[in-house]
Amino acid sequence: MSAQLRNGWERLMNLRWLMPVLLIVGFGLAFAIPEYNLFNKYVQLVMMYVGINIILTVSLNLVNGYMGEFSLAHAGFMAVGAYTAALLTQKVLPMAAYPGLFPLAVLAGGLAAALLGLIVAVPSFRVRGDYLAIITLAFLMIVKSVIENIDYIGGPRGIPGIKKLTTLPWVFFWVVVTVWVIRNFVYSKYGRGVLSIREDEIASDLMSVNTRGVKFLAFTVSSFFAGIAGALFAHLLQFISPRVFDIIKTTDVLIMVYLGGIASIGGSILGATVYTVLLELLRPSTMAAMLEWLPAVVFDPLNEYFIQRLGVWRMVIMPLVLVLVMIFWPRGIMGLREFRWFVPKRDLEAHHNHNAPGESHGAPHGH
Amino acid sequence: MALLTATKVRHCFGGLCAVSDFNLDLQPGDLMGIIGPNGAGKTTIFNLITGVYRATEGSIQLRGTELVGKTPHQITALRVGRTFQNIRLFRDLSVLDNVRIAHYAQANYSSLEALLHIGRYRREEQRIIENSQRLLAIFKLEHLAGETAKNLPYGLQRRLEIARALAIGPELLLLDEPAAGMNPNEIDLLMEFIQWIRTEFKLTILLIEHQMKLVMGICERIAVLDFGETLVEGPPEVIQNHPKVLEAYLGEGPVG
Repeated sequence: MSAQLRNGWERLMNLRWLMPVLLIVGFGLAFAIPEYNLFNKYVQLVMMYVGINIILTVSLNLVNGYMGEFSLAHAGFMAVGAYTAALLTQKVLPMAAYPGLFPLAVLAGGLAAALLGLIVAVPSFRVRGDYLAIITLAFLMIVKSVIENIDYIGGPRGIPGIKKLTTLPWVFFWVVVTVWVIRNFVYSKYGRGVLSIREDEIASDLMSVNTRGVKFLAFTVSSFFAGIAGALFAHLLQFISPRVFDIIKTTDVLIMVYLGGIASIGGSILGATVYTVLLELLRPSTMAAMLEWLPAVVFDPLNEYFIQRLGVWRMVIMPLVLVLVMIFWPRGIMGLREFRWFVPKRDLEAHHNHNAPGESHGAPHGH
Repeated sequence: MALLTATKVRHCFGGLCAVSDFNLDLQPGDLMGIIGPNGAGKTTIFNLITGVYRATEGSIQLRGTELVGKTPHQITALRVGRTFQNIRLFRDLSVLDNVRIAHYAQANYSSLEALLHIGRYRREEQRIIENSQRLLAIFKLEHLAGETAKNLPYGLQRRLEIARALAIGPELLLLDEPAAGMNPNEIDLLMEFIQWIRTEFKLTILLIEHQMKLVMGICERIAVLDFGETLVEGPPEVIQNHPKVLEAYLGEGPVG
């Protein structure tokens, strides 16, 4: 059975035309769902959160997974993107007259975050691992306290009443752009440079890789998309404050990266989706709605002792799920593998072994 | 014109000088060996030439270009390739990617072209794949292109490391103990192999080695290093019986 499943999966992955078809269908759905209310508002909201989390996860994976650095600054970049975009739509841009300016605000959020990413790349030239983690953590705290201390942008109270401009089609669009650009990055000389830095930085430099240049580019691209995600997030939640972008937010994204699997875009998409949906399922209201069909004898006690207390149990169950995943799937759902749809044909063919013992192990990407 | 010259190179870690007065004059096409007891500073010299360390004093020039102060990738891009004493492949990457990575400096496309997969990207990537496959074929590794480097047997890992070093298109190749861990039979093959790549790729080779058989067998000139200084330099016949060399390797005076 499992072999059949695997076989079917392999065949599916070989159908390269399926990807553009899915893209078009996806775009169609992204427009149709809110238009015709194919799902209720809550499900639509969760879908948008999934999309935003995919953007965050795929972009963090570039630095923490592919490059093997340990950056905790992602929520900081997200905050910069969120605040930049929110300030633009609230105070600068004439949104009432031109609602079409929203993408410009999102782009500005991404660029502002990218600029800061450039700065955070500098300490990574000298330090790695735990030390870089501490430096990026410090950066995150600085961003937070700077925001808290500027009255113009609301200080610790944040910005309330942001217009709800993030829509499902926009989220879908940015997810596609993020995945496409980061996939392009990964399958280029810069992507191979990033991988070689993870493997052995000195050897990488000695094989002509401009390690500093590669780090600059990786941090910039990664933080750009974190900024985009922040901008979308702000215009979905309609309220941002420094508290939203603390270390917990970074931790959430880290969990999604490691759950899905490092150095795998497919893994990040899966990790972000599974984690976001699981968290939502563990809400009392969602769980109660899901289990309504149970007879009252079972449902009532379950409701009283478990479902209504999920708010507490959620934070026990989720970490437990994580611990179990890490024990049984130490490299995440996808391990180091990749959806073959994402691998350029050129790379797939060049990696083809004539006497390959098996497809599952081998190159960390491409097989 | 000399390909590589080192003049009065000195390198100290704190108070300890691993290299104290190193001089070298390498002509294009030379095949030269550096020998010396453990801790004589041989690998440090490779690290100084390739920019991993920055020489405390002295000058290292490649065709007249000063190398001291340049970063490793800048020096590598000047067509200096090297291997490592303890194999340093990108272990978790594929055999093909190990070789492709070394094309970084030659890949002529910008970051924007890379992020959008436009412009010169496609042509350059195709060229890199072809060149990598050509190299792998020369080294009889082409059927292992998709294999993870760490899964290769030791001998093939050594070979892949040389293929990777050649992928940067070197004029000067630095081999750090290429025969480490090889049996006499394999060393014979390696000697032939080094001679062959030298002519095939028109290389100047500088190698560090402990295996006297290899050094005496193929090097035209040998420098003996001890405590970071060049003890003697000359052709194998001279080195073989030089009293200073015997002393450095075996200690002085009769045992007793």
